[in-house]
Amino acid sequence: MRRYALRFVALAYLAAILIAPLGVVFYRTFQDGFAAAWEALSTPETIHAFKLTLIITAIAVPLNTVFGIICAIAIVRRRFPGKGLLNAFIDLPLALSPVVVGLSLFLLYGRTGWFGGFFERHDIQVLFALPAMVIATIFVSLPFVAREVVPTLREIGDEQEQAARTLGASGWQTFRRITLPSIRWAVIYGVILTTARCLGEYGAVAVISGRIQGQTETATLRVEERYDSFDLAGAYAIAIVLALIAIAVLLLMTLVKPREGTA
Amino acid sequence: MSIHVRNVSKNFGDFPALQGVSVDVAGGSLTALLGPSGSGKSTLLRIIAGLETPDLGEIIISGEDATGVRVQDRNVGFVFQHYAAFKHRTVRDNIAFGLKVRKRPKAEIREKVDELLRLVQLEAFGHRYPAQLSGGQRQRMALARALAPNPEVLLLDEPFGALDARVRAELRDWLRRLHEEVHVTTIFVTHDQAEAMDVASQIVVMNHGRVEQVGDPTQLYDEPASEFVMQFVGEANRLGDRWVRPHDLDLSPDPAPGAVEAQIERITRYGFDARIELVTADGSELLVQVTRERLEELELRPGQIVGVVALNERTFAGR
Repeated sequence: MRRYALRFVALAYLAAILIAPLGVVFYRTFQDGFAAAWEALSTPETIHAFKLTLIITAIAVPLNTVFGIICAIAIVRRRFPGKGLLNAFIDLPLALSPVVVGLSLFLLYGRTGWFGGFFERHDIQVLFALPAMVIATIFVSLPFVAREVVPTLREIGDEQEQAARTLGASGWQTFRRITLPSIRWAVIYGVILTTARCLGEYGAVAVISGRIQGQTETATLRVEERYDSFDLAGAYAIAIVLALIAIAVLLLMTLVKPREGTA
Repeated sequence: MSIHVRNVSKNFGDFPALQGVSVDVAGGSLTALLGPSGSGKSTLLRIIAGLETPDLGEIIISGEDATGVRVQDRNVGFVFQHYAAFKHRTVRDNIAFGLKVRKRPKAEIREKVDELLRLVQLEAFGHRYPAQLSGGQRQRMALARALAPNPEVLLLDEPFGALDARVRAELRDWLRRLHEEVHVTTIFVTHDQAEAMDVASQIVVMNHGRVEQVGDPTQLYDEPASEFVMQFVGEANRLGDRWVRPHDLDLSPDPAPGAVEAQIERITRYGFDARIELVTADGSELLVQVTRERLEELELRPGQIVGVVALNERTFAGR
């Protein structure tokens, strides 16, 4: 009996918090038929918004993956002054509101900011353009790979790596042949979470992008813009595509998860 | 392939793990580093391997200063207590690892791995993963892996520590036989004096980061250089400032003059001999080892007061 009660609570909670809103969005999108949704999606501005989101994601995810792995190895395997600080700072993007991140980028790259003058002199547009949006997205999606990899690295210990070294493997060979295969599921999990976070980023990008339609408007910004313009069908349709991409990413994660005993 | 350790010191924070340690290991020999935990024996082994760097002193392998040589260039085979098996690789791939990173030709690798699988009697297990092996099999795999690149030196850190008693005894015999076949200079770390005596031709006894004594098993047992070696290698009784081995004590039912009086606490019979635990009047414990015949002759029983006579004793200069 208790078993069922527990399941009921878990499923009811999921249903209320996750499934219901998603279901409503689905329902609303296709309320006026598939054609209406398709029409809302195929405007040049919307297509551009999706493209922009994908470009930003494609830049941010690899960078944060490499950085996350390096950070995790530094945190777990190395001893250096300031290690505790690094460990704490990695979590900062989770604690900080994305709006604050956006504002801080303004202060850094604005005309009077620390780096702003440098970029202006070299005629590089950072704010209200792709660079700032990429930086903001990298910032908010920074912790996921490191946070996934750190516990796995701790768990596997460093004996296998030491064994590889005594067998003549260089640092890089040890990483590629021993460490990476041991942490690959953690990396993949981290990459998927990072991707999901990049696709869904709203706050920081909203602040520094300037939201110029067809130029600096990402998919999430586009949803809000459509909503504000009373184009509910359009807003729902874009939202549904974003949701579908996220679900696809999550499904992918379930599919690639290791079978027990082979990892 | 001799190894010379010269005045090596190593601190971990405030803890002096090694204090001016010098050890010479002849090429082709089988040496045990024996000591209690915290004695520095594993640290010394890891410094020889290059897994730790000494604060002071040097390591000379085959006549060349290896102190600054990186682990991967030292050409040592290392076997870890908990195997350090590459979990995501098969037994074959584990053994082949050292050859693959050296970019040896495929055919040569295959041949060498086959040979080693035979040597460690794992021919039938080449395609298994470490998780599918028993502890003893995993450790044999780790040994084959360490031997694959033809190391100048084989180092084993408590190699049998994680195994049960029967497998441990088997692997001990097997290591000794392997050493006779392969002749690579071998050093292994153990805290088990019986294991050290059983396997090694030379034993280095360590305590508190220093070498207490170096010698063959007979020397250590018969001529211990210190109280520590006396009680750590083999069993020993303390009678005032004298030390006596349990088999160098005899008992008499009627305490003779000069004998120490003690009460029998417990009598345990092992195959050929019996061990008698006693407590003296001042409360110190004694262990006496007599043959079974002697035990029956004396008709001893627990609770009895007997006289203890030392047949052979030694004293050590105070340190």
